[in-house]
Amino acid sequence: MKVLVTIKQVAEATDEFELSGGDIDESYLSYDLNEWDNYALEEAVAFAEEEDDVEVVTVTVGPERSEETIRMALAKGADRAIRVWDEAIAEREWLDAETKAELLAAVAREEDPDLVFTGVQASDDGFGATGVALAEKIGFEWAAVVNSLAIDREADGAHVHRELEGGVEELVDVELPAVFTVQTGINEPRYASMRGIRRAQGQPLEVRDMADIGLSAADLDSPLRRLSARKPESEGDATFFEGSHDETAGELAGVLRERGVGE
Amino acid sequence: MSVLAVAEHRRGELRDVSLELITAGRELAAGLDERLHVAVIGGDVERFAAELNREGVDTVYTVDYDDTFNHSVYIQALSQLDDTLDPSVVVVPHTSNGLDVAPALSVRLDRPLVTDAVALDVEDGLRVTREMYGSKVETAIGVESERAVVTVRPTEWDPAAETSNVTVTAFDATIDEDAIRSSVTGYKEAATGDVDITNADVLVSVGRGIDDEENLPLIFDLAEALDATVSASRPIIDNGWLPPNRQVGQSGKVVSPDVYIAIGISGAVQHVAGMKDADTIIAINTDPNAPIFDIADYGIVDDLFEVVPELIEQFE
Repeated sequence: MKVLVTIKQVAEATDEFELSGGDIDESYLSYDLNEWDNYALEEAVAFAEEEDDVEVVTVTVGPERSEETIRMALAKGADRAIRVWDEAIAEREWLDAETKAELLAAVAREEDPDLVFTGVQASDDGFGATGVALAEKIGFEWAAVVNSLAIDREADGAHVHRELEGGVEELVDVELPAVFTVQTGINEPRYASMRGIRRAQGQPLEVRDMADIGLSAADLDSPLRRLSARKPESEGDATFFEGSHDETAGELAGVLRERGVGE
Repeated sequence: MSVLAVAEHRRGELRDVSLELITAGRELAAGLDERLHVAVIGGDVERFAAELNREGVDTVYTVDYDDTFNHSVYIQALSQLDDTLDPSVVVVPHTSNGLDVAPALSVRLDRPLVTDAVALDVEDGLRVTREMYGSKVETAIGVESERAVVTVRPTEWDPAAETSNVTVTAFDATIDEDAIRSSVTGYKEAATGDVDITNADVLVSVGRGIDDEENLPLIFDLAEALDATVSASRPIIDNGWLPPNRQVGQSGKVVSPDVYIAIGISGAVQHVAGMKDADTIIAINTDPNAPIFDIADYGIVDDLFEVVPELIEQFE
């Protein structure tokens, strides 16, 4: 059995930053494994540990800097890693969810997995759409926002819980093959062990370009344009307490006492 | 052409977001000089249609089917409605179920998809405003296509209130049962446990800024000094540091205490949805740009590990 896990290296902005063009200036960004994908990866690796014939393959659409993130996924227990990138992709200012799903679908068709795990969304652009779009493209069944997942190999299905709003979970039986978009909190993601990190250093990373996966630059065309970006105007009218710690705490205590708190 | 809004319901109740969708949808329809239609799929569709009878809606199309949600049924029904109506924009709520339907629907209909809209504009083609980097940046997305699927963020638009005299049309969709490969078997409510944060007058709420489970006693000490109850934002629950019955937010509890003290909470939209109706909101956070300060009444931009011990001292 094969599990394909989509991994994104996401950008995180510092507290203070400047914009340039339609995005945060790169000098204010740092990069890390998308939090949701970390849970998806853990779900796959834990499943592979329970079973003795499950291969975990990660797939990333990203430039060379994402290899650090991919190595971390290998160190945590993924068996293989594929990175999709080439100049045609690099030339695009951004990839919308549908375009990304198109690239991932091409890899999925080659890899022929039984299961695909993705994060619900990426913490940077927050589209929340890639996993379900991918499922539709490759003809898999799916469930979005999964916070409990049990694969039932005998029934060729899965019992999942989907997180709905307001603390309600929907229990769903899903036929395989399927894509599951994984919600944070579903498991406790592991840290990579030193042994895992050393092993990952020696593992090959498979880099594929558009031609390798049977696509061309035209497949990247999208009717969506990122036109502009701005910092949202603060709508707040908060009163800020400033000064030393005991001064601010003292003023805050006054506000609380006025409201009968702690009396 | 027209705008088509897809209503959401759950366990026999139309969800509020459906009425917000009408407000967003009629804004679009007015800008495009088109009609607004609403689709409601499954459940007690006649009752839902009556509740969707709102100013600005032309026709509510009802699709009679099971009450339980299934994305395949939605996509099949909406594809057939799309053939009939050829809507310019299909609007779907940005909810768990919206996220389960909209991306696949956009692929099936070969339409571009923009999710989590907080504002819509059609003056110069469809422009969707959405947030990135956890609300740090607002981005305008231009849609160079006459047709699109857009998911809209809950509570960004007011629910449509004024009733009207809409046409209700039963739409006879043909649902291929063989294409349905998942089914709802039940529901589970988050355990209530021993603490009910929705009843507390004062909540001391802790977020990611606490850094480590070992630091949590500081928050409980403050709560004790203030005779308050401890609640938390999502990361604390995800880490298993506190149980789910303590979670404030869209996927947790909605609270409206007299006083809400947010400590080390950035104020992501999902969290704010659960506490914005508190009478007095106090925020302590090191990041002066944290969105929590947008809704706070009082703020301290400082290290919680410095401020909270001082605050405890004030009440001892």
